[in-house]
Amino acid sequence: MEFFDRFAVPHPSPLIYASMVAIGLTVMAIILGITYFKKWGYLWREWLTTVDHKRIGIMYIISALLMLFRGGADAVMMRLQTSVPDNAFLDAQHYNEVFTTHGVVMIFFMAMAFVIGLMNFVVPLQIGARDVAFPRLNAISFWLYFAGAMLFNISFVIGGSPDAGWTNYYPLASTDFSTSVGVNYYNWALQISGIGTLMTGINFIVTILKMRAPGMKLMKMPMFTWSALITNIIIVFAFPVLTIALLMGTFDRQFGTNFFTSVNGGMDMMWANLFWVWGHPEVYILILPAFGIYSEIISTFSRRNLYGYNSMVSSMAIISLLSFLVWVHHFFTMGHGALTNSIFSITTMAIAVPTGIKIFNWLLTMWKGKITFTVPMLYSVAFIPLFTIGGVTGVMLAMASADYQYHNTMFLVAHFHNVIIPGVVFAMLAGLTYWWPKMFGFMLNERIGKWAFWNLAIGFCLAFFPMYITGLDGQARRMYTYSEATGFGPLNMLSFLGAGIMAIGFVLIVYNVYYSFRHAPRNVGDDPWNARTLEWATHNPVPEYNFAITPQVDSSQAFWDSKKHGYQLFKDDLKDIHMPNNSGLPIIMAGLFFIFGFSFVFFIWAGVILSGIGILACMAYRSFEKDDGYHIPVKEVKETEEKFGGAKK
Amino acid sequence: MKIDHSQPLEYSTEQNKMNILGFWIFLGAEIMLFATLFTSYFVYEDRIGSGPAGAEIFGITPVLFETFILLTSSFTIGLAIHAMRIQRTKAMLVFLGITLLLGAAFLGIEIYEFTHYYHVGATLQTSAFTAILLTTLGTHGAHVTFGLFWGLFIILQIRKRGLTPETANKSFIFSLYWHFLDVVWIFIFSFVYLKGMM
Repeated sequence: MEFFDRFAVPHPSPLIYASMVAIGLTVMAIILGITYFKKWGYLWREWLTTVDHKRIGIMYIISALLMLFRGGADAVMMRLQTSVPDNAFLDAQHYNEVFTTHGVVMIFFMAMAFVIGLMNFVVPLQIGARDVAFPRLNAISFWLYFAGAMLFNISFVIGGSPDAGWTNYYPLASTDFSTSVGVNYYNWALQISGIGTLMTGINFIVTILKMRAPGMKLMKMPMFTWSALITNIIIVFAFPVLTIALLMGTFDRQFGTNFFTSVNGGMDMMWANLFWVWGHPEVYILILPAFGIYSEIISTFSRRNLYGYNSMVSSMAIISLLSFLVWVHHFFTMGHGALTNSIFSITTMAIAVPTGIKIFNWLLTMWKGKITFTVPMLYSVAFIPLFTIGGVTGVMLAMASADYQYHNTMFLVAHFHNVIIPGVVFAMLAGLTYWWPKMFGFMLNERIGKWAFWNLAIGFCLAFFPMYITGLDGQARRMYTYSEATGFGPLNMLSFLGAGIMAIGFVLIVYNVYYSFRHAPRNVGDDPWNARTLEWATHNPVPEYNFAITPQVDSSQAFWDSKKHGYQLFKDDLKDIHMPNNSGLPIIMAGLFFIFGFSFVFFIWAGVILSGIGILACMAYRSFEKDDGYHIPVKEVKETEEKFGGAKK
Repeated sequence: MKIDHSQPLEYSTEQNKMNILGFWIFLGAEIMLFATLFTSYFVYEDRIGSGPAGAEIFGITPVLFETFILLTSSFTIGLAIHAMRIQRTKAMLVFLGITLLLGAAFLGIEIYEFTHYYHVGATLQTSAFTAILLTTLGTHGAHVTFGLFWGLFIILQIRKRGLTPETANKSFIFSLYWHFLDVVWIFIFSFVYLKGMM
């Protein structure tokens, strides 16, 4: 192929040309805006080079919200295309690209980033730490994620999007059937952001194990921190599998190996196995932090201690173990024997037991509690019945023999959206609303928040419950259209309407941010929700060093004890505080990774070699660099504390 | 930076302790990485297509040399850490240097082995078996190559800065990495070469 032909979009359409123009204009507007307001210096010093876990967390969340809208636009396009029979809004190829990018963006670049963003912001505060164990590594994690996300997102205007589904099964994903560079993008974008995620996993395990406030034993940690610990352990053990699978896929597509082909010993189902050995634990990487968030919120707004702390922890541990033993249920129809299917069927159903225990614990936490229905609590209360429906249909899918009927139908699509949206997305929105005052010092408007919630909840039910029915009636997933004779039309129209209502809900959330930024009062105090965990014991918004004095803890809800029983959290005096230095290295390194990935996608070997050398040079620089951080003198700490209304005692 | 003198130098600060724990967790991830490669190797082992089988291309001589050289290097880096513990900086540098030389020798033989495979027609593209063989060996070899540079940087830093809590910490972590690569090689030796030749 000619050099420039490689970069052309293989299936251009007016929509793609419009996107190109929109992307160009947005980038120009952002650059001009920052230049006009002279914010480059501020941006570089305070955000792009930051190693502060709170700012990194906020950057993760902003990126996640951007990706939510990118993936959401894909979703609405899909629902619009299937809303009436024989629709010609998207052609088959375009539809393939849209459902592929929807899945990848939502899982990797929206949900993962949202989860990791909230973990970044909240976990060090909940355990009374100054920062994470490796602040510099944390910045590298974020920028690698961001480089991966951007690499993936330029695919549809340069060279073509991946089109083999987010599961990217071979042989469809091989060069025989996916001829554009799309799947190369998939491989490299996920590889780069996956390295970042693995580093996050290591970072948070060490942070949680080593940096807890004095007196906070493991079994006295807040539930969200527990869920973060278990999630990160899963990340460390699951992501290397994806690394190898993507490497093998890259070799197949770019060096002509025969891992996943059907000739010379290749085996295409090997990809499906490796993918899901990573992919099923990934599901729990997303849902366990959500469980943690619901635990915090339900206990706060029921004004009750979390019911069954020990069983909450042990059920998460059991779920994490089982998550590695169920991957075959994604392809019961592959053709292995009845024994294999039975084993994986049973392990899958077994997961319902610890999950059920958690559901009952939440219900019993609310039992006889003084419940206040704030926005975060509404999401949590809606989560319980909706997620249970998703769980029950999951058990239906877990029955291997019955799965032959559901496999690859809209029933499956309904099921996993039923667990991901009320499970993960609701949790992220609830958590964001809940911790918003800690991040920015003002609260989101409750009235608009409730409107958004009801739109999302009702829109969700309308959009996805009809799919259970069309799925059972045999509507296949990933089909870009269907004939009128199938009778799927009305229910699909209903789905489209639901998707529209959900879209309004998300727009309301954005409006809420704008409205509250303009109008919300700023003096909300340090603990506006009357909460129970340590992050609410420091100022609002949080000073860069988190806690002027390291708190000391002697129960699982020391902050609550300090409010209700006069327990003294802060016993020491103010001291000099040691802080890590900012660094531009992470963003530079991620930029080089971006060039590396992009060059590899298009076989530009000079770019691969040069950026590869650059990456290694960055690592060498880091090795020789002497960086002991700096100290904030006690006088300055005192001044800052007084500005916030006096040191905490 | 608080230094705790009751602990060995590499464990003497809080950050040092966290670095070591973090690296152990990283090695956990590395175990998963190589476990995935080994599992794939066992799946593809007999799927040779029209290419050669392992028994036809493996030669015992280079493999034995590689094994002995790498095992010796694991011993010498142990001695280097021992020298570090008893504050013998010079001896430590010598042992680190020998370790890296042995690593380079290992790599040289592995490159010879790869050219041999190429000449007998076992390339990356030949079959699923040759692809997974070369990918597994190559991943290990890439780790060794990376280690050579890493170790060299540590030697330079110790020469310039002496034995400080930081350099001791880096050396100790590097030794963990090097021992780990040795363990992986033992698995490769047993389950790739010996199993293939028997």
